[in-house]
Amino acid sequence: MTQKTTILTLPEEELVHPGNRACAGCGLSIIYRIGLKALGRDTILVVPPSCLTVLQGLYPIAATQLPCLNVTFASTAAAATGVLGALRAQGRKKTTVAAWAGDGGTSDIGIQALSGACERGENFIFICYDNEAYMNTGVQRSGTTPQGVITTTTPIRGKLQKKKEVPAIIAAHGIDYVATASAAYPLDLYDKIKKAKTISGPKYIHVHCPCPAGWGFDPRYTVKIGKLAVETGLYDLYEIEKGKFQLTGPSRKLDNKKRKPVSEYFKTQSRFKALSKKRIQEIQQSIDEKWERYQDQAG
Amino acid sequence: MKNDKYGRFTSHSEPGPGDGGRTGSWRVVRPVIDLAKCIPVKSNKMSCFTCWLYCPDNVITRTIPPTIDYEYCKGCEICAEECPADAITMVEEAEFVKKEK
Amino acid sequence: MHIIESGNVAAATGVKLARTEVIAAYPITPQTPLTEKLSELVDSGKMKAEYIPVESEHSALAVCIAASSAGSRAFTATSANGLLYMSEQIHWAAGARLPIVMCVVNRGIGAPWTVWNDHQDAISQRDAGWIQLYACDHQQIIDTVIQAFHIAETVRIPVMVCYDGYLLSHTYMPFEIPEQDAVDAFLPKFSPSYFLDPKNPANLNTVTLPDIRPDVRGNMAPGYMEIRNNLHTDMRKTISVVEEMDRKYQKTVGRGGNPLIEKYRCEDADFIAVCLGSLSYQLRDVVDTLRGEGIKTGVAGIRLYRPFPDKTVAAEFVNAKGLIVFEKALSYGNQGALYSDIKSALYRNDNRPFVHNYILGLGGREIKTPDLLHAFRISCTDFRKIGDDPQWIGLKL
Repeated sequence: MTQKTTILTLPEEELVHPGNRACAGCGLSIIYRIGLKALGRDTILVVPPSCLTVLQGLYPIAATQLPCLNVTFASTAAAATGVLGALRAQGRKKTTVAAWAGDGGTSDIGIQALSGACERGENFIFICYDNEAYMNTGVQRSGTTPQGVITTTTPIRGKLQKKKEVPAIIAAHGIDYVATASAAYPLDLYDKIKKAKTISGPKYIHVHCPCPAGWGFDPRYTVKIGKLAVETGLYDLYEIEKGKFQLTGPSRKLDNKKRKPVSEYFKTQSRFKALSKKRIQEIQQSIDEKWERYQDQAG
Repeated sequence: MKNDKYGRFTSHSEPGPGDGGRTGSWRVVRPVIDLAKCIPVKSNKMSCFTCWLYCPDNVITRTIPPTIDYEYCKGCEICAEECPADAITMVEEAEFVKKEK
Repeated sequence: MHIIESGNVAAATGVKLARTEVIAAYPITPQTPLTEKLSELVDSGKMKAEYIPVESEHSALAVCIAASSAGSRAFTATSANGLLYMSEQIHWAAGARLPIVMCVVNRGIGAPWTVWNDHQDAISQRDAGWIQLYACDHQQIIDTVIQAFHIAETVRIPVMVCYDGYLLSHTYMPFEIPEQDAVDAFLPKFSPSYFLDPKNPANLNTVTLPDIRPDVRGNMAPGYMEIRNNLHTDMRKTISVVEEMDRKYQKTVGRGGNPLIEKYRCEDADFIAVCLGSLSYQLRDVVDTLRGEGIKTGVAGIRLYRPFPDKTVAAEFVNAKGLIVFEKALSYGNQGALYSDIKSALYRNDNRPFVHNYILGLGGREIKTPDLLHAFRISCTDFRKIGDDPQWIGLKL
């Protein structure tokens, strides 16, 4: 992507209707609205149960102007495979097939089908919006819930285990395009989806997605908190293209010396209130070590 | 979807706005743009539109001046928080109810 | 053309002749040779289809669900635990009214592991809203697979074509392969009323609320309960569709005549054995022996199990003194599923025959003809001895 998209060059046409059922300040709403602009009208969506199922509207009215197949929780990537199979059989080869799942539908119940589809080399874009818990069912822990986070199934001590690194798992399949993005940087997301559309085979985009209700912050801070996750070096924006890793956009520009302390991110959300000072120090140390590795790699 | 001989009923939804209803009724605070501060209005040039970019419900227009669709605006306040010129303030809906009276 | 081949090859040949566009399958014994044959047909270019080697049965049916939703004719096949692993998708395909065809190569369910034949797998899915057809020989397998697509696409309900693992899937028998032209004359091109299309966007299988709601044009759309009621009423209509397709198949391909129940020497029979699948052939020998002893017996192989042809059952067996249901499956803690269905179908008659239930052959336990003969003879001659509880044949401890 040589020319970066700006607010003024982003397409005007909206493919998501207002009046949908997403919560006020929903990070997914931002991602979905911008993401569909990037995917364009000639797209078929495949969606498992998630907040998106609700956002898209209840029968018989849809909040989306793209054709969409709602599928069972574990089957997203396999269903995308089936749509692709039919399109190939019918010679409708230009249409983009995009699977759009939450973190549970991707990293937990959906990972088997996703892994199978990546291994088979299916020509689809899989977008995971990661709000770091099962939000649609009321904030239960998922595989991507970070360590220490309070959810309704880790109510006292917070989650004891680490966040599953899904982009790394998918990258291990040797697919040509893996990227991370954030609801706080919609133009970066837009450009990554646009780039994904030019690559054949499986493409995976993992999008960090602040959730006011589930994370415990005021809806007005959705973008601020998304940015803080990047600015503290906790959540990094990158691309792995044909196996080559590189930080992108705001993470690339992030001055290692000026990284904000991760505690600034933690204190904005009530879900982190079980984190001890010691844990925060440990997390800070692991972030520092990660960024030293980035610097070493950059030479 | 109905066929003459067999019903073949399925859950088949067609695009249309407002399945969630007039979500403007969810709002307790209303974003109001101070045009004197708004960057595209001040410069009279297509510029900024940060509010348009981040609006989760696409109720803000990328126009000079930007407009807000209060039928559907859920009042999340992201536009007010992100506006680089502090041109958007959130006003209690109760204020407008008083005015209407 | 007549060939001698396995039941699995008969099924694969039917799938090819039906011009299936998308095939997805995951290997499981004894379905595996069917999957292998289809991959070979596609890989060699003899069949123009997308063959998708998925990573699980759940995904196999997911592929078919999506391909069918996108407007393509789709097929899968499985057995036993594979079928159970699909269970969620089985219900989904029916609720979404997708005309998928699936071969179920019947096998017992673990635990403990068994790879041998019984009918518990398909019977456990009988309430999912799929049409279930049981084939009793290789000819029926290929003919039923071809007919299944037409039935499914007419009523928009998926079809399971069930046949016995090993007993049919792996044995070699002669059967006739219909000419492609005849199959094309029988089976029209798949043309769904809606398929996923960016030019005509719709959101399929969206969340429904308990009550009905107006659509975008303000017309009341059917809700969950109406959608489910419609599935049921269309299932009931399917009984006559199966008969209609049989007549059409006779005209175009030249074979058929027993769409719902396959009868052997039932015309004047006092006592009729009832079963699913290949067991009906073994029972024919038993019937011949009993007839030799002066006992007027017959066999009725149920071909259409869901929707259950209850009125036909009631009419066909109105003069019988006794029905003896031999089953390779049961509802644990109650009785055989077919037994329950037969009894409930007969309830509408004023004069009801006695009905006995024998459970046999679970997990591939050998079904010995003398055992069948003994049980059948007791049921005919000393029927008061046998109560309402299922009797087990072939137990050794």
